[in-house]
Amino acid sequence: MPMQIGEKEFKQRVTKGLDDNFMRGAVRSAQGRLQNNRASAADELGDWEDWRTLGKEIRQHTIEHLDYYLHQLSEKVAELGGNVFFAETAEEANEYVKNVVKSKNAKKIAKSKSMVTEEISMNEALEELGCDVVETDLGEYILQMDDHDPPSHIVAPALHKNKEQIRDVFRDKLGYEKTEKPEELALFAREKLREEFLSAEVGITGCNFAVAESGSFALVTNEGNARMVTTLPETQITVMGMERIVPGWEELDIVVSLLTRAAVGQKLTSYITALTGPKQSEEGDGPEEFHLVIVDNGRSKILGTEFQEALHCIRCAACINVCPVYRHVGGHAYGSIYPGPIGAVLSPLLSDYDEYKDLPYASSLCGACTEVCPVKIPLHEQLIAHRRNIIEEDKKGSLAEKVAMKGFGQMAGSANLYQMATKMAPILSTPFSSKNQIRKGLGPLKHWTESRDFPKPANESFRSWFKQRNKRGVQHDVRKH
Amino acid sequence: MTLGNIENRERFLSNIRDKIGGLSADKPVQKPNWSTQPQYRVLKDQNQDQLIKVLKDQCKHIHTDFYHTDEQHLDETLNEIFEEYGVRSIVYTCDSRFQDHKVDTSLKQSGLDTWEWDDNEKEASIQFSEKADVGITFSDITLAESGTVVLFNGQGKGRSVSLLPQNYIAIIPKSTIVKRMTQATEKIHKQVENGEDISSCINFITGPSNSADIEMNLIVGVHGPIRAAYVVVDDI
Repeated sequence: MPMQIGEKEFKQRVTKGLDDNFMRGAVRSAQGRLQNNRASAADELGDWEDWRTLGKEIRQHTIEHLDYYLHQLSEKVAELGGNVFFAETAEEANEYVKNVVKSKNAKKIAKSKSMVTEEISMNEALEELGCDVVETDLGEYILQMDDHDPPSHIVAPALHKNKEQIRDVFRDKLGYEKTEKPEELALFAREKLREEFLSAEVGITGCNFAVAESGSFALVTNEGNARMVTTLPETQITVMGMERIVPGWEELDIVVSLLTRAAVGQKLTSYITALTGPKQSEEGDGPEEFHLVIVDNGRSKILGTEFQEALHCIRCAACINVCPVYRHVGGHAYGSIYPGPIGAVLSPLLSDYDEYKDLPYASSLCGACTEVCPVKIPLHEQLIAHRRNIIEEDKKGSLAEKVAMKGFGQMAGSANLYQMATKMAPILSTPFSSKNQIRKGLGPLKHWTESRDFPKPANESFRSWFKQRNKRGVQHDVRKH
Repeated sequence: MTLGNIENRERFLSNIRDKIGGLSADKPVQKPNWSTQPQYRVLKDQNQDQLIKVLKDQCKHIHTDFYHTDEQHLDETLNEIFEEYGVRSIVYTCDSRFQDHKVDTSLKQSGLDTWEWDDNEKEASIQFSEKADVGITFSDITLAESGTVVLFNGQGKGRSVSLLPQNYIAIIPKSTIVKRMTQATEKIHKQVENGEDISSCINFITGPSNSADIEMNLIVGVHGPIRAAYVVVDDI
């Protein structure tokens, strides 16, 4: 699956999201749970702000010396007998992986969850070889069975689906006969995927964090599929975005502790698996052969710019889980496998403004994302920086199309967009409001609503109210709320 | 050991170096002094017995059955768990601690179908583990805060033992219990610093496998074990 997903037009994607009640219900409840879990895990740990500060310092230092740490990592991996390939583009990465698979004459490949392999369309490249590529993360498996439905969240990829829809996918594609109970669905997937793990010749994993000092890779998971993929197949290929690295084990402790809490509110996930090289000769299970592919694919363009901090991201999705825009439009509306605030920052950087010019405007700039980021990326400020750049490029006429959504000034000039935006305002504030007051604001609004209530935007826009009023011919109507 | 290949490195890294103004990649970079280190404040001043209490409480959150016994009663406790889980077949790692604490003798005498992991019989060991009702390992380091057992897999200690069977039991010598991940990663970091080899697969295991991929409902038991039990043993 390439990074770009869904319809071309941002507006169409947004409307589709807003009209999808199943998806919106699923996203609302997921966001609620994830937000609560994260907040209580952070509270329980204590000193959360100190942890965030340390997380930020570690990420900043690592990215500022990325060349050194990647060099050290590759030296260590090679010393252990692993092969390292540095890929500047998606094509180079896929070509290398295809060659490894061909040299093994492999037919079946088991994959654990990896966003970077989605980004570079690795599955499609391998399928061209005639290989059977099996996604083994439960969420990814559901999507793969559902004719490659794109992921809508970077941690919980099938978040937009409810259990009845999942039951139907399993029934139609795999002959599943039981109910929509999550336990029964998961047990069915367990049995189906066991066969795949045992017969796969190659295992492909992503990488949460590489550890430079020892040439190790940490996989942070709950289901156990990444352990299967690195225990049973003869050959292991690990694909990492080039920024996904820490100097040593002591730093790994910090970023993992932040990741598991910020992502799902767990102290640690069920499995943190740290792999170092292929198996040693005296060991029984584990891969005989290990390949590491380090992917740039546009990341180095971000280095040395005002957006460098976007590379500090540890992919926890906390920003996605608090975003009021994501809550209503869902992940697919972003048109990128990286949705939400971090997606709106990162997608135009990895691709370009022509492709993702609308995303920096898919934000209310409420700042909730910045507030929850465990490594303190100033997400909403980066969105503003994007808007500034887009306006500059637009002035120069270097953007292929006119930008669809801009700040209020330009938006109000376009009747259609103005109507859409005003239609969204009450929707955006609804979940946090009771009666006509906003009681639980996000971001900077939170500090305001802690001591007083903020009036809720009217359900009816001034224009439609005015039109109705004229129709009714009422002189002194009271504006409905 | 044969060195692995490194391809395309120089071009790739020099591009990065141009952007961040880095020095030559082989000049050592010093880690800065971090402005804060909150990890050392977690569970500070808690003694071993208090940590056992923390571990026990955490087990409730990670859907893990907790047992506390001593060496003399270890086999009794294990049999109790076997009964509770309906265990008929057992795989365990080839680890001298099973002999040292006479666990292997009692397992062999239990009348259940047992298999000690054998690196030379890889396929048979995997096949047995795949069908086994329970896999048993000793914990190498145990993290009280998160309820985590750390396994240094390696010779004799197959990765499959704690992964493929339906249920998993970790025997936790009391002396292996530390506060949190910080103490474990510190130990591994020291090994690296001293030029020692580290385990090719270090598992941090926190309870049974689970997933929240279906409507964010927690499902316990996905690809790995469905149930897990920790047995803390005094005196060992």
